[in-house]
Amino acid sequence: MNYFPDEVIEHVFDYVVSHSDRNSLSLVCKSWYRIERFTRQRVFIGNCYSISPERLVERFPDLKSLTLKGKPHFADFSLVPHGWGGFVYPWIEALAKSKVGLEELRLKRMVVSDESLELLSRSFMNFKSLVLVSCEGFTTDGLAAVAANCRSLRELDLQENEVEDHKGQWLSCFPENCTSLVSLNFACLKGEINIGALERLVARSPNLKSLRLNRSVPVDALQRILMRAPQLMDLGIGSFFHDLNSDAYAKLRTTILKCTSITSLSGFLEVAPFSLAAMYPICQNLTSLNLSYAAGIQGSELIKLIRHCGKLQRLWIMDCIGDKGLGVVATACKDLQELRVFPSAPFGNQGAVTEKGLVAISMGCRKLHSLLYFCHQMTNAALITVAKNCPNFIRFRLCILDATKPDPDTMQPLDEGFGAIVQSCKQLRRLSLSGQLTDQVFLYIGMYAEQLEMLSIAFAGETDKGMLYVLNGCKKLRKLEIRDCPFGDTALLTDIGKYETMRSLWMSSCEVTVGACKTLAKKMPSLNVEIFGEGEQADCYVEDGQRVEKMYLYRTVAGKREDAPEYVWTL
Amino acid sequence: MENSVAYDKDLNMKDTELRLGLPGTEKNEKEETTLSVKVSNKRPMIESSKDNGSKTSDEEAPPSKAKIVGWPPIRSYRKNSLQEAEASGIYVKVSLDGAPYLRKIDLRIYGGYAQLLKALENMFKLTIGDYSEKEGYKGSDYEPTYEDKDGDWMLVGDVPWDMFVTSCKRLRIMKGSEARGV
Repeated sequence: MNYFPDEVIEHVFDYVVSHSDRNSLSLVCKSWYRIERFTRQRVFIGNCYSISPERLVERFPDLKSLTLKGKPHFADFSLVPHGWGGFVYPWIEALAKSKVGLEELRLKRMVVSDESLELLSRSFMNFKSLVLVSCEGFTTDGLAAVAANCRSLRELDLQENEVEDHKGQWLSCFPENCTSLVSLNFACLKGEINIGALERLVARSPNLKSLRLNRSVPVDALQRILMRAPQLMDLGIGSFFHDLNSDAYAKLRTTILKCTSITSLSGFLEVAPFSLAAMYPICQNLTSLNLSYAAGIQGSELIKLIRHCGKLQRLWIMDCIGDKGLGVVATACKDLQELRVFPSAPFGNQGAVTEKGLVAISMGCRKLHSLLYFCHQMTNAALITVAKNCPNFIRFRLCILDATKPDPDTMQPLDEGFGAIVQSCKQLRRLSLSGQLTDQVFLYIGMYAEQLEMLSIAFAGETDKGMLYVLNGCKKLRKLEIRDCPFGDTALLTDIGKYETMRSLWMSSCEVTVGACKTLAKKMPSLNVEIFGEGEQADCYVEDGQRVEKMYLYRTVAGKREDAPEYVWTL
Repeated sequence: MENSVAYDKDLNMKDTELRLGLPGTEKNEKEETTLSVKVSNKRPMIESSKDNGSKTSDEEAPPSKAKIVGWPPIRSYRKNSLQEAEASGIYVKVSLDGAPYLRKIDLRIYGGYAQLLKALENMFKLTIGDYSEKEGYKGSDYEPTYEDKDGDWMLVGDVPWDMFVTSCKRLRIMKGSEARGV
């Protein structure tokens, strides 16, 4: 029973913003469901195959912002064959047909064709923001369509996409009267761009706050751009390669002094050694620094730069910083909340950081809550120390380059170390494991990781019990991805109801058989159970006893999908 | 007999053993073999999974580095960028006085002067002495020099490594009396 008129309830609902809270509102009663669906403007769909585009559009006619994720996470690491799915076109088509006034589209791991981009650009008069992360399938022609047709475009943000560069003039396609740009990120484009067009675009975009350039933008152009846009807050430098004695460099040093609003710095896709000193004047303002693509910066220079960055909250770097360098980070960056250390030589034998660097960080950076750490080795003692020093971890992802390496000091598995992490970090939502691990670590995870939503496992465990500890214990688990572990049919089938409470389960190179997958699919019609191999035809899986190479299952209300390629067998 | 045992130990025969892996990688190799057996093809997986928990293979593993698909877990975009960066090395010619032809090396792969000089010694089968600011290279007939951006011939080792890498256009190992003059 409602004692308030709808308008009042709508007004109250305006204050409820998070997706999960809005979802909860819609479950209270029929009239709240109705009011909620007509006022809902932002929708997040973590798996694009969990619901059909038509159903989305029907339920939320006032939709303004849509976030979609496509391929499973392990697709990022080449574990999903080409053509698996995640096509955005049907979504854009459905939205266009329905006259929804879409303003924002954020996509991750989806296949985006030029046709989709063209349709998008022509269908929504008020379209403002396009964010593509780890997507593929489009070329600079698609970008040209967006630039040309989206009259009120505010944001074009391309992060780590595979874009075919036709070396066209896509940047020149922004019309002269387009002055609304707030954010432009094309760092991932490989090709040349029209520098003059870029400079003119920046000059007529007074609201531009975020600009991330690609490699093809030279230092002299950078300097001119910074002159035009001293209001920039987020800068991604393309090329920083130049002669230290040149005029261009001298001019740049002066211009940088004016850029007092820059709090986020990234890029340096090409760097001249000893040139980073030009950045020192703005380092003190930086809260975010991403040098993880700056292969040209030597460890010593990196350390010198970071010494100036006392306010840093987010730091993404490569492991050439070394353990000692991480010690410097620990003393200089007391406010650090997120740290990512990427490998500079992923297939080499010597990772440049070890457990020592991580321990040093944990001692200095007590506010740390997100970690991605690629290292050469890890010890239980170190993890136990880190757990004690930093109990606030929300995300903890550790990747030992040698995937099954034990504790080098004791030759023991890393069960105790990770056990300490989950026991101490009560707010932990995401965990990635590596190193030698037995079933014991999963016992700990099941026991202690009460808030865990996403778990990534590789080359770990001994028996089905490991997986069962996790499925039984982690009540909030949404995504579980497992590769190369000895978990089989018993683990898969013991608690099948669990999968309806989760977004998805990925298992590859495990011990699961075709028969078990069939059983699961039959008992749980609300799940899509897909199995596929290395690009082979689906009918190679003839016998029930055969091991499944890759299995991906997810809950859905959309039924079996129509766009699966030949090699995917939906059971 | 005792003498010969001591002789072996002193010589550290392992160092001169012909292997394919990088030095100091024994422990890793054993684990890698277990992994490579696991991932090479599908059918044998069922048998080898029994080895999964017990990493006790005692055989001397063939020192090949098995690349596991999707490991380490970094995005293909990032991986490709790294590979492109690696490909763009700084190649310079190296000439040795009296040698019939020149060689080329990528300065980017060396962490510093020590590694560079060792590489040159290996490449040309010679010994370069020890560097000191006062006396240049003492203890041998050879002195490493380089041509910098301004066209001047400089002694290798005076400036910081990073500066050397960006200003070095070519290397010349000078020999004998000419070298003395520096």
